Amino acid sequence: MFDWPVVLAALPDFFRGLRVTLILLAIALATGFVLSIPLAMARVSQNKWLSMPVFLFTYVIRGTPLLVQMFMVYHGLAQFEWMRQSAVWFLFKDAWFCAWLVFSISTTAYTTEIFAGALRQTPSGELEAAQSLGMTKLQIYARILWPGALRRALPQYSNEVVGLMHATAVASTVTLVEITRVARDVYYNHLSVTDSFGVAAVFYFVLTFTVVGIFKLLEKRYLKHLNRKVSGPVPAR
Amino acid sequence: MIRKLLIAAAFAALTTTSALAQQALRIGVEGNYPPFSSIAPDGKLSGFDIDIANAVCAELKVTCTLVQQEWDGMLPALNARKFDMIVASMTITEERLKAVDFSDPYYDVPSRWVGKVGSFPDVKPETLKGKKIIVLRNSPRAKFVQDNYKDSEILLVAKETEVYMELAAGRGDIAVGSSVVSSEGFLKKPEGKGYGQIGDTFRIGTGGGVGIAVRKTDGDLKARINAALKTIRANGTYKAMAAKYFDFDISGS
Repeated sequence: MFDWPVVLAALPDFFRGLRVTLILLAIALATGFVLSIPLAMARVSQNKWLSMPVFLFTYVIRGTPLLVQMFMVYHGLAQFEWMRQSAVWFLFKDAWFCAWLVFSISTTAYTTEIFAGALRQTPSGELEAAQSLGMTKLQIYARILWPGALRRALPQYSNEVVGLMHATAVASTVTLVEITRVARDVYYNHLSVTDSFGVAAVFYFVLTFTVVGIFKLLEKRYLKHLNRKVSGPVPAR
Repeated sequence: MIRKLLIAAAFAALTTTSALAQQALRIGVEGNYPPFSSIAPDGKLSGFDIDIANAVCAELKVTCTLVQQEWDGMLPALNARKFDMIVASMTITEERLKAVDFSDPYYDVPSRWVGKVGSFPDVKPETLKGKKIIVLRNSPRAKFVQDNYKDSEILLVAKETEVYMELAAGRGDIAVGSSVVSSEGFLKKPEGKGYGQIGDTFRIGTGGGVGIAVRKTDGDLKARINAALKTIRANGTYKAMAAKYFDFDISGS
């Protein structure tokens, strides 16, 4: 199935590609997480001036393909003379910056919606109890809303992490040599699907498996209260 | 008896030729490499590669379908039988000859360096030390740069046209590419203002040239293509087609 000499020769490149994939994933996830916390709060706000712009942002970003966003940022902006003369051009000149920016914006949009959904699902009794104790809005967010919402968001958030990890393949179109780019090179030079994309698939699969495993552990710990073992039949009332 | 044999032979000849005539060929072309191939907004393909493909087809007396294919999937697609031959300005190299077979060259264009006018006095490895060179991935030129410019940074891009997009964007200091693509796709356009050739044109390897790629198992097709190329070179078709695009001799012979 595999042509082992070819695979072994390409393995160092695949591991270098894995490193790039992981770095892209990590920096985009970290940025997305940090930005999604305030944005999700704005998204569920009763104030239209806060919630509408955030809704528009997530709507536009989730409504356009990642590849298109990447091309617009990397190749599109570079075509404008004023852009190339601007003070921020040294950033946009860099493929890493463009990839980080595009992936971060994308995952922020999705994560914001996930967190906002989890916030909305807070049982009203918890809110009422907090209010009756005289907590301020910020205290309610910090002590009641977020601890519950982040727990509830875990399963969906793990999907977003896996999705973003696969989406990093888009970086291969802007000269970053991540797993998919390595696979395309191997395919081009050796014309074998198994030795190129097959190996890449194994890499992605192991990554996915690891991410899912980590989230299963987190869910076990933080969603323990949902998983109480019922001892014996529930008594009739 | 002799008459019978002759009739049989004539019949055999007739059936073979008609079998050949009926056989439709699919030709892999690229579309992102002006003036050799480009796609109009309405999807129509044009360029020197396309003209060569059509002329060879006319000579082979077969119906041909042009199949547009991204550059970096070209060779795999040929061996996967998505098409039967590649007419996409593919340089004949030793590496590629391991995977596919090539016809005789149908053109040969020298490479050249392009950068901001006056940015470098020459293209010696010492001059370009620490500078970023832009070149097409998986190409003979990329290998040439990697082998000879070890002290330079190299930016490998996925398409030949991206070489000049990246150069204009300032993502590299100097680019190396085909003489024709750099002039047609960049230097003659407004984006290429202030840029020019640096150093002399050069050829990588000896007598490589650009050929029509066929599968290794299609020796018969290769022979027919070579015969067709010879004919169009001899009868003036080639010269007339080349004159449409180039003001210099591209024939490589």
